[in-house]
Amino acid sequence: MDQMKHYKAGDAEYPQRLKNISGRPRNLYVLGRLPEENRLSVAIIGARDCSEYGKYVARELGTVLGGSGIAVISGMARGIDGISQEAALNAGGSSFGVLGCGVDVCYPKENRQLYERLKLSGGILSEYPPGSPALACHFPPRNRIVSGLADVVVVIEARVKSGTLITVDMALEQGREVYVVPGRVTDRLSDGCNRLIKQGAGILLSPEEFLRELLEGEIGRVAARNLSGRREAGKAPVREQRRDKAEAERGELAAVLGVLDFTPQTPEQIRAGLPGEYQDMKIVTCLMRLCMDGRALQVSPGRFCRAGG
Amino acid sequence: MYSAIYSGALCGVSAYLVSVEVDIARGLPGFSMVGSLGSEVRESRERVMVALKNVGIELPPCHITVNLSPADVRKEGTAFDLPIAVGVLEAMGVLPSGAAAGMLFLGELGLDGELKKARGVLPIVRAAGAGGVRQCIVPGANAKEGAVIPDAAVRGADNICEVIAFLKAGGGEAADALLPAEKVDVGELFQRKDGVDSPDFRDVNGQTEARRAAEIAAAGFHNLLMTGPPGAGKSMIAGRIPGILPDLTLEESLEVTAVVSVAGLMKEGDALVTQRPFKSPHHTVSQAALLGGSAYPRPGIISLAHRGVLFLDELPEFQRTVLDALRQPIEEHRVNISRVSGNVTYPSDFMLVCAMNPCPCGYYPDRNRCRCTESQIRRYMGKISGPILDRVDLCVELQPVGIASLKTGAGAEGSADIRGRVMRARERQKLRFEGSGYRFNGDIEASCIDRYCGLGREEQGCMEQLYHSLRLSARAYHRILKVARTIADLDGKDRIDTEHLLEAASYRPSTEYWE
Repeated sequence: MDQMKHYKAGDAEYPQRLKNISGRPRNLYVLGRLPEENRLSVAIIGARDCSEYGKYVARELGTVLGGSGIAVISGMARGIDGISQEAALNAGGSSFGVLGCGVDVCYPKENRQLYERLKLSGGILSEYPPGSPALACHFPPRNRIVSGLADVVVVIEARVKSGTLITVDMALEQGREVYVVPGRVTDRLSDGCNRLIKQGAGILLSPEEFLRELLEGEIGRVAARNLSGRREAGKAPVREQRRDKAEAERGELAAVLGVLDFTPQTPEQIRAGLPGEYQDMKIVTCLMRLCMDGRALQVSPGRFCRAGG
Repeated sequence: MYSAIYSGALCGVSAYLVSVEVDIARGLPGFSMVGSLGSEVRESRERVMVALKNVGIELPPCHITVNLSPADVRKEGTAFDLPIAVGVLEAMGVLPSGAAAGMLFLGELGLDGELKKARGVLPIVRAAGAGGVRQCIVPGANAKEGAVIPDAAVRGADNICEVIAFLKAGGGEAADALLPAEKVDVGELFQRKDGVDSPDFRDVNGQTEARRAAEIAAAGFHNLLMTGPPGAGKSMIAGRIPGILPDLTLEESLEVTAVVSVAGLMKEGDALVTQRPFKSPHHTVSQAALLGGSAYPRPGIISLAHRGVLFLDELPEFQRTVLDALRQPIEEHRVNISRVSGNVTYPSDFMLVCAMNPCPCGYYPDRNRCRCTESQIRRYMGKISGPILDRVDLCVELQPVGIASLKTGAGAEGSADIRGRVMRARERQKLRFEGSGYRFNGDIEASCIDRYCGLGREEQGCMEQLYHSLRLSARAYHRILKVARTIADLDGKDRIDTEHLLEAASYRPSTEYWE
């Protein structure tokens, strides 16, 4: 049986970050450990039914943050939450999941593996007593803990009306910095993000740039000195490498790869994006060749996108 | 006095000869029937007595005994009316003794002596021919169907009076003129259907991928799954697949006709089914209706789709037990039905074409329109059992039809051109499978994959890489090879190229997409 810890609002070990937020949780039940006080932490939040693009960014960001020793806080939900936390753990970092049910209840069930890993390399937190079921009314309040535990909140994908934006409101109320991943104006899943940008949120253009800003103290309250040793250990920018490889590739494959992006496209749409001399070639064969090399992904029987991560 | 007349009964899609024995003896007047009879066979007594009375023949005040032999097999159906009546007449002495020798009789009697159509005439006439019976008298409505069998002369009669007159004439030209033998020109039947209006692929706008997948599926008789948003044209494409399949051969046509005839669904006056069947059961269909069988087994929808297309629209809406029951028929190309009344086997070598929405609302993976949650999508997909998905060779996604492609209606390729290519691929398969029992690439079993789908070194390397990067299962690996074989056949190549393998791999069905 895992050792569950229970902290009250007045306890000395009670997280400093939560002490000053409005409506701080009276009780905090923890499996694993609490986030360290003097270490940067970033909350990554976003849609559950996210797109391939969202999945890709969540994975990249989680990897970069995890590799730099920055704690990733999220809600262990499907989609963006779970993917970013898993990536952080895979990169050797720590991550903390704040649940809307008792800490001994794994919700959603499909994240069982992540749940077990979080207990070892981070923690599972909840303000609800053990055994509490996952009720819909539990989730909006837990969002204040997600943003409260973090120094910076990053939004990856969000519809205009979504729980993610509730978290953003709470983050702003708590004085947390909010960064947003921009999306295309035609994507409903990015509407919420783009609107936040219009309202003046920070823009996350690449995980590496974000990390640099974070570490150089341009954002966040905690100084970067705790982390100086770890910077080198961080993963080399993945995207740069891949771009070089694509440029080295010639002919049809390169042309197709150039058209591919993280939004799944049909072969016909890809054909429409190709220059004139490639109009008559067999797109599907090219795409499968890219899938074979791990550079593309067939997300459904008729749609392809770039492979993320 | 005693007489014995031939008739026939069905067992599955084959038939066996039944001897109808009649004895008229002194005793209390009565009419008794024996020989393991179903209730409708027993009712034959009333029909025969009244029909004979109404054509002016009084039964003698004697005890009449009728036995249907072999007496240990359950008999059903109404087609024994005519042989019983003829047997009674011969035993009474109305007909000369031996007038009905070497003849088979079949047909239901109306109370006025009219002969009504019967089930399973084709298999029964075939069994008669094989059993040495040279003449068959059947209802006029079924005469053409029986006449397809060259072994026996088939005469169609519409009334028992015609039969009596014919038998009294005692053979020869005079008798032949009374009830002429039906003649059917099989070649002409096959040609005539060219004039029939069937739906054409010309009507399908856009959907390049789906058209291509349908062509490959038709060429290799592969099972096909189409996903796509509502209104993309899934049902439209499915309905046009029989039109691009190779024509039925005479042998196949006889198989199809036999099933239709046994099910009692032959159109009056039709000789053969010359079009590939297309069956599209509603998703509320029961297992018995789909697979066949009730208390007394009848062919189900899958057997009626034999040598044709079985189209399951809205696949996830079908009951799971019904879909799971399809596994064995798909694998073995026949369905075995066991009931209290016995076991029968019907053929069920069909091409399975399924259509489904990708999620409950139909628009996944277009996240701008689809608001289904991951778990809803997973639950929806979970309704399709893995084993059924495992038996699908090709999976293709249809795209929403844009207004642009709706307007430029002309220019799409017609069914005739596609069928031309399919036929060429079919010819190559015929040569390849000579003497092996296989007909299409879709039939190849795992044990023979290496023999028919051999790969060069480069292609082998490609397959290995695909196996790892796409995380294929052994079954999926074999499916890709089979489909690649068909693509190569369409291409006119003897060797499977990397190109063919890659295209085949893009159509692989996978549960992974929805996980």
